[in-house]
Amino acid sequence: MAPTSPGIGGLTYDPAKKARPPELNVLLALVLITVAFELIGRVFLGDSFLFNTRENVDSIFNWQRLNIIILQVSIVGIIALGVTQVIISGGIDLSSGSIVGATAMIAMSFAQTALVNGNPNPKAIFGDWAMDLPVMIPVLVGLGCGLVAGFVNGALIAYTRIPPFIATLGMMVFARGMSRWWSNGNPVSFPTEGYATIGKGMMPVVIFVSLAILFHLILNHTKYGKHCYAVGSNEQASRMSGIKVNNHKVLVYTIAGMLAALAAVVLSSKNLTAQAGMGVMYELDAIAMAVIGGISLQGGRGSILGTVLGALIFGVIISGFTFLRLDAYYQEMVKGLIIVGAVVLDQWRQQKRGRG
Amino acid sequence: MTDIILETRGLTKHYGGVHALSDANFVLHKGEHVAIMGDNGAGKSTFVRQLTGVEQPTRGKIIFDGAEHLFASPIEAREAGIETVFQNLALADDLDVPSNLFLGREKFLFKLGPFSILDKKAMREATIAALEKTAVKIPNLMNTIRNMSGGQRQCVAIARTAAFKSKLVIMDEPTAALGVQETAQVENIIRTLKEAGEPLILISHNMRQVFDLVDRVVVFRRGRIVANLRKEETNGQDVVSYITGAKTGSEYEGAA
Repeated sequence: MAPTSPGIGGLTYDPAKKARPPELNVLLALVLITVAFELIGRVFLGDSFLFNTRENVDSIFNWQRLNIIILQVSIVGIIALGVTQVIISGGIDLSSGSIVGATAMIAMSFAQTALVNGNPNPKAIFGDWAMDLPVMIPVLVGLGCGLVAGFVNGALIAYTRIPPFIATLGMMVFARGMSRWWSNGNPVSFPTEGYATIGKGMMPVVIFVSLAILFHLILNHTKYGKHCYAVGSNEQASRMSGIKVNNHKVLVYTIAGMLAALAAVVLSSKNLTAQAGMGVMYELDAIAMAVIGGISLQGGRGSILGTVLGALIFGVIISGFTFLRLDAYYQEMVKGLIIVGAVVLDQWRQQKRGRG
Repeated sequence: MTDIILETRGLTKHYGGVHALSDANFVLHKGEHVAIMGDNGAGKSTFVRQLTGVEQPTRGKIIFDGAEHLFASPIEAREAGIETVFQNLALADDLDVPSNLFLGREKFLFKLGPFSILDKKAMREATIAALEKTAVKIPNLMNTIRNMSGGQRQCVAIARTAAFKSKLVIMDEPTAALGVQETAQVENIIRTLKEAGEPLILISHNMRQVFDLVDRVVVFRRGRIVANLRKEETNGQDVVSYITGAKTGSEYEGAA
């Protein structure tokens, strides 16, 4: 992007008047919230939120806490990357949490190991043929689940013209039912060592950050990215300009479905088990991250960077409440307030711009 | 006749029982600017919608650039060389100027299906060239359309027609929602197109504007063409009497 542009036709342009990018506001909010926790901690608990206060550890920051913050948001963050693209394109995806559940169950069934401590796997779903398969097979099966679910979402929305809310609500209920039906509600456990390494340690963070960079580049520099913004901004104009809007929608929901499936693989690998209830409410957490990160629910505006910052705010708040030893009930209540607050701020910003 | 760019023969459009357009015979020569006038519901917009592929005519022929066409969509019409500035702009508010100019026909560094890499530099340069060609004034190219005035938006929509090799430009009430200065700017762009020899069909209610800008006035009334007047041989009073139905062109007697 050119930082400034000489005016066309003799007009000059004052770069100082350029609107502040919304990401800067989100970053500011992140810093403010973090500082607030730090101050509250110092004053009321005599403890530091960010910094290391233990004598026996040689480090300035409390890395343990910082690692947990980013680790606990990175799996939902992977989903949020896909949800961001859907929302920018003017849609919504409520099915991602259930896709996580169904995909985790199915992928894990192909990732099981035959012998657990010398005994046959007590949670075996298939026969011997599905035991100790190469790690690529459960991963590809998982991504395939996400691809199918996302494709169905996209095709329903593009070709039957039902609202995205309804189509993905249907998928949400269907996929959750499927994850319960798959093993009659029983967990699927004991993966191979290879599968268990996918979500080990800080791997979820590495995967989240790499994908965030990849999709940041895709949204800013490819035709697909440009069309996300165009379709979300003015669908009719996009259609009249020759953009294949239907194909775009199918693609965007398919990508979102595959990202949810990847999150499922990482999560089930990290937990070494898959349960039918996995990923419940993840779709709303992912949408919340995007909204907090300045993605407009009206479509057309937002960025991957915003969502990453939104995810960090999310993580800081959860971690901060644990730090302040407040109940989980408060966390959810405050999460709700923050989501509404972020949308109100977005509306307010838009109205201000509309008048000016 | 080789200097005819567009001709319609017996162009007709019925919406159920409503005869929105009946037997329109229309000719546009190369480099000619023609205004289409008429009351609301006279069939002007219906006529344009058939030409631009937004709708398909019930009957009749469209001969454009020497070949008969039936445009299935606005995209087909555009690919044939008819660029239209629609009344409802057709711009994406959240995109900047180059993105809007190249919406749906982006330039690429290299092709990779949907993930083709955009050639932003080439699009920016082509945008500057198109804006200069049409003498459009925009303070900042990288600004989103949302942050622009109505006039600037209209100018961007018009500059879009200049960024590509169009053979015919159609403008549907381009200044209807604009202020005095902005209208003047759009009119200047239209004069620039005239000098460049680009043929134009202008739909307008503004008599002063029409007499300032075009060579010929075609009047629609109740779905029919009722007059075809050279600018030098008519005046505002005359055109109004055709619009209201006080007069009908001799060659169109009995039509309406």
